[in-house]
Amino acid sequence: MARVEVKKTYKLFVGGKFPRSESGRSYQPAGAPQVNVPRGSRKDLRDAVVAARKGYGDWSGRTGYNRGQIVYRLAEMLETRKDSLAEEIRACTDSTAAAAKKETESVIDLTTWYAGLCDKLQSLLGSQNSVSGPFFNFSTVEPTGVVTVIAPNQPSLLGLFGVMLPVLVGGNSVIALVSEDAPLAGMALGELLAVSDVPGGVVNLLCGKRDELEPQIASHRDIDAILKAGKPDPAMGEAAADSVKRVRYADLSDPQWKKPAEMRSLLWVEPFVEVKTFWHPVAY
Amino acid sequence: MTSVSPTEFRVPPVDAVALDTRAAELATRSIKKDAKRDGLRMVVSMTDLTTLEGMDSPGKVRALCQKAKLPLATDPSLGPVGAVCVYPDLVSVAVEALEGTGVQVAAVATAFPSGRSSREVKLEDTKMAVDAGATEIDMVIDRGAFLAGQYGLVFDEICAVKEACGDAHLKVILETGELRTYDNVRRASRIALLAGADFIKTSTGKVSPASTMPVVLLMLESVRDHYLETGRLVGVKAAGGIKTAKQALRYLVMVNETVGDHWLDPNYFRFGASSLLNDVLMQWVRLTSGTYQRPEDFSKD
Repeated sequence: MARVEVKKTYKLFVGGKFPRSESGRSYQPAGAPQVNVPRGSRKDLRDAVVAARKGYGDWSGRTGYNRGQIVYRLAEMLETRKDSLAEEIRACTDSTAAAAKKETESVIDLTTWYAGLCDKLQSLLGSQNSVSGPFFNFSTVEPTGVVTVIAPNQPSLLGLFGVMLPVLVGGNSVIALVSEDAPLAGMALGELLAVSDVPGGVVNLLCGKRDELEPQIASHRDIDAILKAGKPDPAMGEAAADSVKRVRYADLSDPQWKKPAEMRSLLWVEPFVEVKTFWHPVAY
Repeated sequence: MTSVSPTEFRVPPVDAVALDTRAAELATRSIKKDAKRDGLRMVVSMTDLTTLEGMDSPGKVRALCQKAKLPLATDPSLGPVGAVCVYPDLVSVAVEALEGTGVQVAAVATAFPSGRSSREVKLEDTKMAVDAGATEIDMVIDRGAFLAGQYGLVFDEICAVKEACGDAHLKVILETGELRTYDNVRRASRIALLAGADFIKTSTGKVSPASTMPVVLLMLESVRDHYLETGRLVGVKAAGGIKTAKQALRYLVMVNETVGDHWLDPNYFRFGASSLLNDVLMQWVRLTSGTYQRPEDFSKD
């Protein structure tokens, strides 16, 4: 008898779990109209914020060294799943097998690069400042908090990692809105995060309609910052101003998004850490 | 002192499956918009804002009283809450801070939370709180005696404390988390009602599980039966474990469906909670402003 293939139902990833959208809605992404993916609602966003706030306490309290180990573990998991991720990229786009393979490999390389950065952030972004007086004066960096990242539509996986990793390695917890038109590879990421020792709630993956979710992301008072792929969006900035939310834009051209080198920079991390400066008397 | 025959303490067994099912059904109602707004306002007025910690200080109690009077500084139309609940030695602080506001001062007494002391000490504890100006006394029943089957002892003790309370209202804490079975909850409710409790209350908040929907449903049914039997209206206080506005609204639905809207009144239904109020305020501001709120924007105490 012919075997019946088990098809995967794509789910959201919130608080380390895989819920359907609480609204019960789904949509057919433009890139893969044959697949139903959950259409996240405002309530899903709110649940994700609650989960991210819980996860933040754990993740931000870990040492950079430990965060590096965990992000590296994520790279290991990506490596074992790179073929299926490439297929999921191809399912939503007209990219060739070679291009999809190259994209997943770039994602893995980018992940190891950021894994290595984790325990160096304090040295690179912090400083010991010279002051007039018998004091040590240090500037250290601390995470900003709960950060929402909005991935570009293309490249679906590399773009997601480009905006997610710099926020994650800084010790923030992340709510990621994956590509609207090509969400499959991004939504599969939850399966890797869940086995990478990334604590539940530290990365939350939502997919859905941008128009519906973006105003809520901007106005939600318990989100501390936003990194949005695309051109600066005055409406988002205005809505975010009420809660003094930091909004940054990853305004890259299509060819730039495809170059992993563009994403390997401390400048991506720096907007999502806070500098704390403190004085300490010189002891004799 | 009242005396009753021990046969009065007999209660019919509880159908646990039916009780759980009914409670779960009542938790599925959707409350939105205006009904939600009215419900939240009601929850605020029914809240016993509580601080029962070893590290409580007069300053903390004063801050809590301020919050009781005006829960949300940006909206004076909301509040005040039903009562402030403190340990007996801090009653005088609360009484002074709440003078003329209509907010009641509740004190836990009778060797709260365990109730493990002599009758004399428990009565002295109660008198101390009443003398300091507490208008409501939250007593704990002697669970040791109850679980050993000494129902008469439990009954007598409630009667004695009721007498010591004078004009103050008596809330009897059953500590349902330690009673193990629904049958015991029904029996303990019955004993407290016969002994003259003005309120029966689920828990101290120090034992888990604290207040659950089936247990409160059972207590509401006991209160209803007592009303039908004697014509006396007794309140119910759900305390401990109610942390979100959504949970609180479900309790209100349950009250309305079980005993009727006469009980939807701070004199007959209360929530004992410390963190619930902030979630209610967050929902209130969200209804008004349309944006989801940040927990840090609301004062913790």
